[in-house]
Formats: sequence, structure tokens, C-alpha cells
Amino acid sequence: MTENRLAIQLPGLDLKNPIMPASGCFGFGQEYAKYYDLNRLGSIMIKATTADARFGNPTPRVAETPSGMLNAIGLQNPGVDAVIAEKLPWLATHFPELPIIANVAGFSNEEYAIVSKKISRVKNVTAIELNISCPNVDHGNQGLLIGQVPELAYAAVKAAVAVSEVPVYVKLTPSVSDIGTVAKAVEDAGATGFTMINTLVGTRYHLQTRQPIIANGTGGMSGPAIFPVALKLIRQVAQQSSLPIIGMGGVDSAESALEMMIAGASAIGIGTANFTDPFACPKIIDNLPNLMDKYGITDLASFVKNCQEEIRG
Amino acid sequence: MILQEDMLIVSNINIAPRVFRMVLKGEIVLDITAPDQFLHIRVPSPDKILRRPISISEYNKTDKSCVIIYRVEGPGLAVVSDMQAGQTLDVMGPLGNGFDMTGPFPNGKALIIGGGIGTPPLVQLAKDLTVTGIAVTVLLGFAQQSAVILETEFAAASSQLEIVTDDGSYGQKGNVGLLMDNLDLMSYDAIYACGAQGMLKAVASRTETHPNAFISMEARMACGMGACYACVVHVAGDETGQKSLKVCDEGPIFRVGEVVI
Repeated sequence: MTENRLAIQLPGLDLKNPIMPASGCFGFGQEYAKYYDLNRLGSIMIKATTADARFGNPTPRVAETPSGMLNAIGLQNPGVDAVIAEKLPWLATHFPELPIIANVAGFSNEEYAIVSKKISRVKNVTAIELNISCPNVDHGNQGLLIGQVPELAYAAVKAAVAVSEVPVYVKLTPSVSDIGTVAKAVEDAGATGFTMINTLVGTRYHLQTRQPIIANGTGGMSGPAIFPVALKLIRQVAQQSSLPIIGMGGVDSAESALEMMIAGASAIGIGTANFTDPFACPKIIDNLPNLMDKYGITDLASFVKNCQEEIRG
Repeated sequence: MILQEDMLIVSNINIAPRVFRMVLKGEIVLDITAPDQFLHIRVPSPDKILRRPISISEYNKTDKSCVIIYRVEGPGLAVVSDMQAGQTLDVMGPLGNGFDMTGPFPNGKALIIGGGIGTPPLVQLAKDLTVTGIAVTVLLGFAQQSAVILETEFAAASSQLEIVTDDGSYGQKGNVGLLMDNLDLMSYDAIYACGAQGMLKAVASRTETHPNAFISMEARMACGMGACYACVVHVAGDETGQKSLKVCDEGPIFRVGEVVI
């Protein structure tokens, strides 16, 4: 039996490789299944799910930026009951061995709890990504993100962890003065790990109309342009917490995936790169072994462990 | 089947101010199933990370070639406009549903309405309908004479062609809505339209009782295949406001009355 050099073990996640499409960039999987076998992926972080169906924000919802993009989809989804009835069973039928990370969004602690409880009981959902950092919705907190206020983040995570039957990874926003404070609150609330970073907030304008290109006014910035920001913040959190981090933010190659692991990530989410190249994830997976050989990396699990020991001294 | 392919650029010529006609060759052409499917083109520039959706204007499966006609609105397509024959272009496709040509056509008549850069995807439709013996009436609207494109192609693929311009510099002065008002719209078995949102609204308001009226929608996209939910449109008559359809893979063609324009 050949040892899998790419395997990564995290709570709730037995990953054949560390590469997974990031939430919001891969729908619920069906669309990309037209292109390649999803069994090649480590996991899928499915689209954010709320208690009720949401249309989301008005269009246009996307704009290009230099080496990046803005989006303000606004958590459009069919609601947790429809996701459980239709989307997750489709994945279970076609890719029964693929562990799914369910992205849970909400506008109150009660909603986070309701969605977490329901979706964590679905067999192929092996972890939750708690989305307390979407920049494109008003959380009823004077427009602030729940993930910007440690007390609010603590309460939301606590509510979800209390009812979830699978590990809860919490998605952190880069839009804070000190990400360490929020990370500490999230850890204290019982989170299993972090996913980071969510998008940065930005905008762009039409020269002719002098209006924002995105109907929402602002959007979340993603893509290679934010990669250095993601590395810096992942490193910062990894230095102070031993919880695992699923890193994301501008990764578009095997090289950038490994670099993010050096910063402290144990696994990697691929977001905007899927739009540039629908085969981005399998290409990164295919390129990892050659790159590992180039840099003398025997297996990724040891590499991640070594990187993290170095980070934490 | 959806493919990604480096298609060969056969030609890329300027046919009107800021408007270019590119001929591409590749296996993707064999998978085209209907007129007005589109290609998702990657701009060969490292800082341009979103693909550009461009409708297929014409295609020929025998030599695996297709035509796209695009207007340069920003730096992304400006890069594409500088590309030369012999180079290759990273293309995803064919995407979208394309026009429904199943009819029925008891009167043997179809009406095609195009506006500006919305006219190219209607060329193959007009050709295909004409080949099957259907009498095709084509109404085209442009801003001014310099913007008029594809007159020869539509003349060859229609029994009646009328062109209007906003400023009257070519053809009649006015818009396609005025031309539609001179026609008995219900006598056409099918009505197809592609153009700016205002034009589509004008078409929809005149065809809401027609059983086979179709519009081709345009939207800002990211993935181009239904995963990102950037290009959604509201479903008409949905009181909840939560129902939507995606222009990229559930469109770009919708029946009049199916979605909110």
C-alpha cells in the first residue's frame, strides 16, 4: 500500500489532500462536477447556508480589481432545509467518500445555532465553517461584522458549538485592528479551528456615472492581490493559537499553497482561482508532489507539523 | 459537455469603432448546441483574473470554427483586441442554454430583434431558421451609422431586414420598438431579441402575450457556469422575492415573462 504524501488529518477532516474549494466559489459542487471528478479534492466548503432562503444583494455583484475581484453576493442560498434535502444528498450520492465542510451563516446567535444543529447532523457534513465575517450583509449590528467584535464572535461561536455534532471552524475577517483578540475569543468559545481569511472590503467606481460598479456599494475583495495580507494574518494567529487553520486568500498555485502552509495553515481553501481557471484545484493538487520533491518535502503532514513547530518555537 | 481549451485565433479584425470580429478554431465548437451560447474568455494578462463572457455569433462544425464579435469597453478586451492570428486564447465553453428553435412554426415566420452589440448572437439564429425554410424578419437598432454591423450577414439570412439608428444617420430614425409597432407580432411563430436592457424591456412589453417570445439577457459574471451566483435575475411574479435564475447557465435566454428585466 502506497503512503499518501498529500494526506492531512484535522479534527473532523480526513483529507486525502489539503486542497479544497472555498465557500462561495464552488456553489454546492454540482457545477464543477461537469468539469472533473470531485473525488480528487480534499473536501468542499459549500456555499454559505442560512436558516431561510435568501436572494442576496442586487446586481451587479462582481467587479474586477488589479489581480483580484470584488463580490457582494449577499449570502444567496436556498435555505438550510433545501440544502439538506437537495444539495447535500446529491453530493452524498455521487461522492460518498468526500468530506463536506458546511459554511453556516446567520444574523443572530439563534440562527447560527439552528443552522449548525440541522446541518451538522447530515452524514457527509464532517465539519462546519462558521461564517461570522461576511462583509456583504448587515448583521443587525449597525452594519458591523460579528467577527469584528470579540464579544459578539464569542457568543455566536458558543451558540453554534453547543449544538453542533461536528467540529466548528470559524471564518475570521481581516477587517479588524487586532485579529488575535478575535481569534482568542473564538477559541475560548470552543472553536475547533479557524478558516482565514475572509475577503477584505473594497469598492470601485464607474468613471462616467461616478457610481460604484457593485450595486451594494462595497464588496469583498479576493484574489492574488490579498495573498500577502492572508499570509501575515495566518502567521499572527498561528503564533498565538495551536488550533488548526485552514488558510485561504489569493492562493492560485501549488507554490502559494505551500507558502501559506509555511505561514501556519494546515489545509488550503481555493477561492477566486476557480473562476480564472475551473481546473485550478486539480492542477494545484497535481503540482504539489513535484514541488514537494523540489523542496525536499517528504509528506505534507510532516511539513505542516514542522512549520508549526517553527512558528510556535 | 463543457470544455476548456486554447483555441486558435484565425483572425481578429476591427469592424466598427471599438468593435472586433474574431474567428476561433477548436474542439469546443463541436459541443455547441444552439445559437447564442457563449464563450468565457481568459484575458492573457496576469492582473486580469475574471474571464469575459462573449456570445458566439456564428459557428461551423465542419471546420471547427466560430465567430465572436466583441466591443472593447475596458482594458481587458483591449488586450484581446491586440491579439493576432496564430495566437491562442484560453476559452471555456460552450456555456449557456442558447435560443430555443423548436417552434412550432405553423405560419413559417420568425421575428428577430437586435440592438447594438446585442446583434452578433442573432446571426447564427437567423441563418439556422432560414435554412429550415422559415421566413425571418430582422429588425436592428444602432446608435449611429458608424455602429452598424452585420448588415450583409443579416441581409443574407432574412426575408426582410430593417435598420434604425438613434440619430437617423442610417436607415430610419428611431428604435426597434417603433418598427415592432408596424408589425402584427402575433403572426410570428417565434420572436427572439438580444440587446440593451431598455430594448429588451420594450420588446417584452410588446410581446408579453406571445407564447414563444425569447430574450437574451446580459449580466456581469464571475464563474460563468452557475457556481458563484453573481449573475442572478429575479423570477417574474415571485412574491417572496427570493427566487432567482442564473443568467450564465439557466440563461442567457429566457422566455418573455419568465424573469424580471
